[in-house]
Amino acid sequence: MQAFEYVSPATKQDAVKLLAGAGAESAVLAGGTDLLSLMKDYVIAPKRVVNIKSIKELQGIRYDSRRGLKLGVLTTLDQLLADKKIKQEYSSLWQAAQGVRSPQIQNMGTVGGDLCQRPRCWYYRNGYGLLAMQNGKSMVLEGDNRYHAILGNTGPAYFVNASSLAPALIALGSRLKIFGPDGAREVDLQDFYLIPTKQGEREYKLAAAEIVTDILVPPASRRNNATYEVRQKEALDWPLAAAAVALQMDGSRVKTARVVLGHVAPIPWRAPQAEKFLAGKTIGEDVAERAGEAAVTGARPLSGNKYKIRLARVAVKRAILRATGTEV
Amino acid sequence: MGKEKKVDKGGSNLSRRDFLRGSTAGALSTGLLSGRAMGGAAEAAVDVQILGPEPLPMMLRINGKTHRMKLEPRVTLLDALRNHLDLTGAKKVCDRATCGACTVILNGKPAYACTVLAIEAQGKEIQTIEGLASGEELHPMQAAFIENDAQQCGFCTPGFVMACKAFLDQNPNPSREDIEKGLGGNLCRCGTYVGIRQAVLDVARAGKGGEGNA
Repeated sequence: MQAFEYVSPATKQDAVKLLAGAGAESAVLAGGTDLLSLMKDYVIAPKRVVNIKSIKELQGIRYDSRRGLKLGVLTTLDQLLADKKIKQEYSSLWQAAQGVRSPQIQNMGTVGGDLCQRPRCWYYRNGYGLLAMQNGKSMVLEGDNRYHAILGNTGPAYFVNASSLAPALIALGSRLKIFGPDGAREVDLQDFYLIPTKQGEREYKLAAAEIVTDILVPPASRRNNATYEVRQKEALDWPLAAAAVALQMDGSRVKTARVVLGHVAPIPWRAPQAEKFLAGKTIGEDVAERAGEAAVTGARPLSGNKYKIRLARVAVKRAILRATGTEV
Repeated sequence: MGKEKKVDKGGSNLSRRDFLRGSTAGALSTGLLSGRAMGGAAEAAVDVQILGPEPLPMMLRINGKTHRMKLEPRVTLLDALRNHLDLTGAKKVCDRATCGACTVILNGKPAYACTVLAIEAQGKEIQTIEGLASGEELHPMQAAFIENDAQQCGFCTPGFVMACKAFLDQNPNPSREDIEKGLGGNLCRCGTYVGIRQAVLDVARAGKGGEGNA
């Protein structure tokens, strides 16, 4: 890894100034579980690393029955898992954090880091950029794409968003608080992510000197919510496909639904067809199955990842069943 | 190794490492200059010390002892342990927070030493495999690994033992399923998982996570 200067400010104001001072050549260090690997592989080579872990106001989990949950961006996954309120009411989020199957990562990794981690695409990790173009051709389309996108993949981006928590947080309607040189701003988590269309574009909207400070999750209001991941192995690895659902019930019927897929598209993927289909339905195995089919409407496999369409379908089905109390 | 250690501790200006690194010295100083120059007016108001990229004095608390050395901010805890302190128990395998061979215990919790900067590990209690046995007497987890033949090539073993110890400290009465899930951060390419899980179960059943023989 390239040598860098290191600074550990105590306030977000100082952090932002220090990041702005080094422009695009700076990087934010929180848990470090992704950043250090990117630096070792020279995918990024910042000249200044700004450690934000000494900023106290970015830590901690707060709950308010009216406003909901406020997660400081430095909340580690194991702190999230130890929170009883989250386990009971925001089970989709708790299950997603549990899906990160390494205690070592859970102890060090932060919720902000999970949301801002860079894609696992092997072309990207080997220095070919997010779009992995070489001689005008997509290395993903020409090469091994077994873990790449099946949705939102009209190109030139084919990587998948790697976040474990984003599908659940988007299903729950979360917002991000961001602090930068121009002060604080808020954004819907769903709008934070984008599919890059040009070389050099990043997959989320965060300026070089901005930091995410909090994640705001509205009150669960007894919404039935759950996450289901289809995994290659039980030990540490990213899921092959995942789904998070949040169902607002009206008696035994679904009033409104949110269905978000993970690891299938360059962004966490909302599935409006499935959401529309679920409205007014009583959940059973058959309805869950058909919602899964609706969720992958428009999926387009690449040469080596057709199997992921079925996995995504099953993930949606099982997330719905799990949300309504069926063991899956 | 001994020589290198001595030079690093003394903090001499020309250690063997510096000498070996000579070819990159030009690039380093360029980074230093532009890094400082980037600051400008915006940073004038920031009252916080920018450290490095050159080596700076650090203090690490490892297995109850304090070690002083000079390291660059980019040095990971794993490299500090292995290359500067001759504590080579924690292994460097993936070096990317994936395999667990470098697992140490930081303030009571398992962590990948490859993915913590040494500069950040300052002020924390660091436990490594070297600090586990008391004299000739093995820690119960080490003894249980031997008893259950829980290693083959042995390269993942130090990390696994630390992960198992940390797991049991936090979950004194685990089920088999808890153990499987709780050790998800470590890989063994020889496939000795059955023996490892049994070793954890044995120590748990003996109720001696902290002392004595299992």
